[in-house]
Amino acid sequence: MTAPQPHGAGPAGPAGPADDLADDLAVYADLVHETDDGRWAFGTGFTDPLAGVDTRVPAGIDGGALAMYCRMLGDDALVHSQRLQEWVTRAPELEEETAIANIALDLLGQARRLLTRSGTADGSGRSEDDLAYWRAPHEFLSVPLADHRDADFAELVARVLLLATWRQAVCLELRHGADPVLAAIAASAATELRYHREHAALWVVRLGRGTELSHRRMQAAVDRLWPLRGELYRDPPVVARLPGVAVPAAAVRDAVEDALSGVLDRAGVDGPPPGPATGAGRDGHHGPDFAEMIDELQSVARAHPGASW
Amino acid sequence: MTAGWTAEGGHGAVPTDGVPVEPAPGPVRADWPLWEVFLRGRRGLNHVHVGSLHAADAELALHHARDLYTRRNEAVSIWVVPAAAITASSPDERDPFFAPSGDKAYRHPTFYRLPEDVPHL
Repeated sequence: MTAPQPHGAGPAGPAGPADDLADDLAVYADLVHETDDGRWAFGTGFTDPLAGVDTRVPAGIDGGALAMYCRMLGDDALVHSQRLQEWVTRAPELEEETAIANIALDLLGQARRLLTRSGTADGSGRSEDDLAYWRAPHEFLSVPLADHRDADFAELVARVLLLATWRQAVCLELRHGADPVLAAIAASAATELRYHREHAALWVVRLGRGTELSHRRMQAAVDRLWPLRGELYRDPPVVARLPGVAVPAAAVRDAVEDALSGVLDRAGVDGPPPGPATGAGRDGHHGPDFAEMIDELQSVARAHPGASW
Repeated sequence: MTAGWTAEGGHGAVPTDGVPVEPAPGPVRADWPLWEVFLRGRRGLNHVHVGSLHAADAELALHHARDLYTRRNEAVSIWVVPAAAITASSPDERDPFFAPSGDKAYRHPTFYRLPEDVPHL
């Protein structure tokens, strides 16, 4: 997951082939009055959420448990992102495809930070790439809801709504946790997730109150996915080993349920209760098509080990 | 004006013939309506036309504009306007519209001597 360096391809390139691009950007000219970075037309506005944060594990926190907890949250984001990326070139409209890819990229960014934290917390020194590309499928700790392959657009938006609502609630709590790195990652993720939630909620309401067909398919998606949230409300054993750091399900459950039913009420869709939770996913057990997805996720990194760009 | 074209400028005139543009609820359509997008920069005073997009309604048009046109912190404010709501002058009528201004030098304030001590002129 070594990303291309952002400074390599600034929008304001030199003369030549970049002229067309410059013309294209001229429409923005009146928006620009001052930049804080000459390589970018508008300044980057970047703020590194981890700037100035001490990455040592604070005394009293179990580093191994913290690493595992970060892998759980990181794998949820990584796997959900991968499932969303499967929609790119298959989305119903170009504009919506960009929105989906945007959400997938946000989640990928969260996964990168969380997996990096996992590698530093347990002292193993494993990088985000080591963890994303060189683990076997049964070593991934994502919940079944993140693993799910969407059958249609209704399932896609229902799943983004469900996962983003839960994840945002968890991140809001994590901001006050005892690990400063995890708190900083969560604070920046929470604002992204708020937007994901809002975008998905718009669609759930729109489809739920749209035509007879769209309502039926939205209801079918909710019937299929809503029971899976049972796993979100079951604490994996590692949570008990991280008092003051990890967020127990009881701390977010009510808020998540209220937010979800608020959207479903507006959409005119019925939400089934949470299904039974067995700990599947968090213990490395995944469905039959999980290995296939991980295989695709890892294929380039494994074909060209150590490659970068 | 020529029916079926959006305002000239920005990312260019876009044919809108046959593209439904009313945001009001109505019958189910195969295509999403076209919207024009205007941004106001962090230090800008006015909104500037930057392009167009398709969206199911105004709220989603704002979301799409946020995703497509403000990825690098370009703006603090977005307007979206149904393309059909824009009445534009036509390229065909450019001469009768704008040529009469060409020889009227007295419309330009170039005959005044600016006093040295008046600021902000």
